[in-house]
Amino acid sequence: MTKKLLEMRSITKEFPGVKALDNVNITVNEGEIHAVVGENGAGKSTLMNVLSGVYPYGSYSGDVFFDGQLCRHQGIKDSERLGIVIIHQELALVPYLSIGENMFLGNEQQRRGRIDWHKTHQKAEEYMRIVGLQENPHTLVKDISVGKQQLIEIAKALAKNVRLLILDEPTSSLNESDSKNVLDLLLRLQEQGVTSIIISHKLNEISYCADRITILRDGSTVETLDNQSAEIPEERIVKGMVGREMTERYPTRSRKVQDEIALEVKDFTVYHELFPDRKVVDNVSLKLHKGEVVGIYGLIGAGRSELALSIFGQAYGTKASGKIYKDGVLLELNSVPDAIRANIAYVTEDRKGSGLILSNSIVHNITLPRMDFVSQGMRIDKDLERKTADHYRESLDIKTPSVGQLVENLSGGNQQKVLLGKWIFSQPDVLLLDEPTRGVDVGAKYEIYQIINELVEEGKSALFISSELTEILGMCDRIYVMNQGRIIGEFLAEEATQEIIMNRIMQDSKGEIGA
Amino acid sequence: MNSMRTTFRNNLKQYMMLVALVALVIAFQVLTKGVLLKPMNVSNLIFQNAYVVILAVGMLLCILTGGNIDLSVGSVVALVGACAGTFIITWGWNPHLSILLCLGIGILIGMWQGFWIAYMRIPAFIVTLSGMLVFRGLTLIVLNGLTLAPFPPAYLGYSTGYVLDLFPSLELFGVRNTTSLLVGILIAIIYCVTQVVGYLGRKNKGYVVEGVWALIVKMAVISPAVIWLFYILASYRGIPMVLIIVGIVLLAYSYFTSHTVMGRHLYALGGNEKAARLSGVKTKRLLFLAYVNMAFLAAVAGIVFAARLNSASPQAGQSFELDAIGSCFLGGASAYGGVGTVGGTLIGALFMGVLNNGMSIMGISSNVQQVVKGLVLLVAVAADAISKNKLPFNIPRFGKRGVESQASVES
Repeated sequence: MTKKLLEMRSITKEFPGVKALDNVNITVNEGEIHAVVGENGAGKSTLMNVLSGVYPYGSYSGDVFFDGQLCRHQGIKDSERLGIVIIHQELALVPYLSIGENMFLGNEQQRRGRIDWHKTHQKAEEYMRIVGLQENPHTLVKDISVGKQQLIEIAKALAKNVRLLILDEPTSSLNESDSKNVLDLLLRLQEQGVTSIIISHKLNEISYCADRITILRDGSTVETLDNQSAEIPEERIVKGMVGREMTERYPTRSRKVQDEIALEVKDFTVYHELFPDRKVVDNVSLKLHKGEVVGIYGLIGAGRSELALSIFGQAYGTKASGKIYKDGVLLELNSVPDAIRANIAYVTEDRKGSGLILSNSIVHNITLPRMDFVSQGMRIDKDLERKTADHYRESLDIKTPSVGQLVENLSGGNQQKVLLGKWIFSQPDVLLLDEPTRGVDVGAKYEIYQIINELVEEGKSALFISSELTEILGMCDRIYVMNQGRIIGEFLAEEATQEIIMNRIMQDSKGEIGA
Repeated sequence: MNSMRTTFRNNLKQYMMLVALVALVIAFQVLTKGVLLKPMNVSNLIFQNAYVVILAVGMLLCILTGGNIDLSVGSVVALVGACAGTFIITWGWNPHLSILLCLGIGILIGMWQGFWIAYMRIPAFIVTLSGMLVFRGLTLIVLNGLTLAPFPPAYLGYSTGYVLDLFPSLELFGVRNTTSLLVGILIAIIYCVTQVVGYLGRKNKGYVVEGVWALIVKMAVISPAVIWLFYILASYRGIPMVLIIVGIVLLAYSYFTSHTVMGRHLYALGGNEKAARLSGVKTKRLLFLAYVNMAFLAAVAGIVFAARLNSASPQAGQSFELDAIGSCFLGGASAYGGVGTVGGTLIGALFMGVLNNGMSIMGISSNVQQVVKGLVLLVAVAADAISKNKLPFNIPRFGKRGVESQASVES
């Protein structure tokens, strides 16, 4: 009974010098959830751009059949007319327009050129009900959470009479409960006959919701796996993606946690930048030993990044109080340069937004935090600088023809390595790593874990913030759990499980445990 | 080899502008039947564009901080000229001290604007729009609406004079001013020596060096060009004093932007303010200093321009800010900040200058000239934007992906 909704036959797309897609075949049946996985640069986005008409008919070779018809899209409008709607990783909502306005943006409910606001809001409410959202359609999009914004994107797609919904990394900026919410919605929509393609790096999510999984590697289809009859183990998917058996998702390190304390934070309290009476970090105390990786887990909004940023020379918040000791010495960190000079590094969760200078070269990015290491007085020693950058290119295996390359031309994984290299260059003793593997593919993730291991084996210590519990459990020696700005639990890696940690958060949110 | 290709691609726009500039010069040389490059006209070109170059360099630093521009520079030029006129002509003060005082006034103006922009976070556009009105008004108040003239020779000497010919009796290669020619040859030699010494030094230390041929080509192009320029100047009245001022400004700021820590921080600030702040860059202070520097250079330009007019006029410097901004963008600066070089800005300013001068020689009316200049600016920047989208390996910026894909659909 399965009817093919979409069939892409031997798609090949070349850019000058690179073959982004090489003879890719994929079929999507009506009513299924089809996952497309692959490492960064495997060609997932290019394939979706061919499908949605961003690359017009004729600029690629091969055929796309939708509902049995050969597609000759000249642009997104053509594919949308057929009911193919793509939701990009970066949400495309306008923050200062209302939910209703956003939902019908480009698809306005109009009569003779005039917008029918009554109908707009009525229909907006209708679609919000389908995606399980209770909000006033007049609310501005900037005032609602990212999780809800993702739901609005889906509602917006539904409003276009979608037949094939394509989601590119729909949960990359969501926490676990919001992510599950989105995935459950996809499953509900599936029952109502919506077919979807989901692209994701999070393999647990894919095994959770996908019926079939197509794996791309280096621009070619490797295989399509059936996830419906029997659940496919994640290791099996990873093997297809990287082309080899990955027995260890997390590299082991020779345990060398020392007794000496590298960093100690005592009674740390920080208030919100804009609302100075709201506590964001609430009386936090924590310790990092030398050679230790300490995880901080918490839901989004628990105050993890804010904690790390305020330790890093009060880069966030106001009215910070509390004490920071490093190697037993009380520190006065009033600015970012203070923190850098105290050999603390903060690796941001948002490499494009606040980590790298995209328009600058790799060299200029790496040396930026400690220009004094490569200069005499105010004069930069450009040769020394270049040599230094070359050293990090080799030791971190940053794939680029030259360190003079602009960072904006690198892939996500390589950008992340530049970001890490930049802070390793600053010679830190303590690294505050905020989501160090966000948006990075499996292979690069493994490399980044290895880099972290090498650093702590040298006696440095790392505070590891992540939204992925498996990663925290796999990498950390000790784990702090945060909720609403407070530390609500501390576990050794051996005793911690996903259930224990999630239960602790749930209990705390219900208020069953006091502070 | 790879690294050279990368550098080349990163600076592609500048090379394209340089080629365009050479083409423009050749075209006008033909159209004006050889008048453009006559020694007297080259000298004129320098006088006409000196203050634009000085302003454009200051403007570049502001633009680098994040696409911020300074609309007040024309008014600051006028106000500084008015102060100089009042001090020297009306009150009879010592010209040299008066010039120092005027530069001080420029710095104060910069601190005023920089304070609002950097520390109070008022958009630069608004602060300097206010400055444009305030300082123009102050000029009118200081001058009482009148023009002061003339300046004493001691004041004019700094920028309108020529470097003294040390060997008036000597006539090498049939030029009138041998000193100029010798200076030109000397500069060319110094340039070659520093290049070779630097090259060998780096090679000995085991650093990556460019190919020998690249070095030779560079020297073979630049040295004759320098000597040729000074030969032309020598055939007229020698080296204009103002060329020395411009030369110092260009060298100093070129070194500052490319070889100093603070210069590097400037690019970081414009490229990504948040990332720069989290890397320990003192972003507010840097923004403040960029505007202090802009007003300082505007004061330098004001002194130069008043000397050229030989008067302090309330109407001086009108629309100078636009020439300066245009030069930066023509020279490859990014309107979003973080991208642009002093060399590029010089090319941009020269392009504008040659365009002005060439069209004037051809007798094209100034109304038409404005139209042409405006269109050239648009075409140059648009050509860059379009060619960028067609370059191989050009991965669209992710932050703007939605917008870009939308745009490519519409087109």
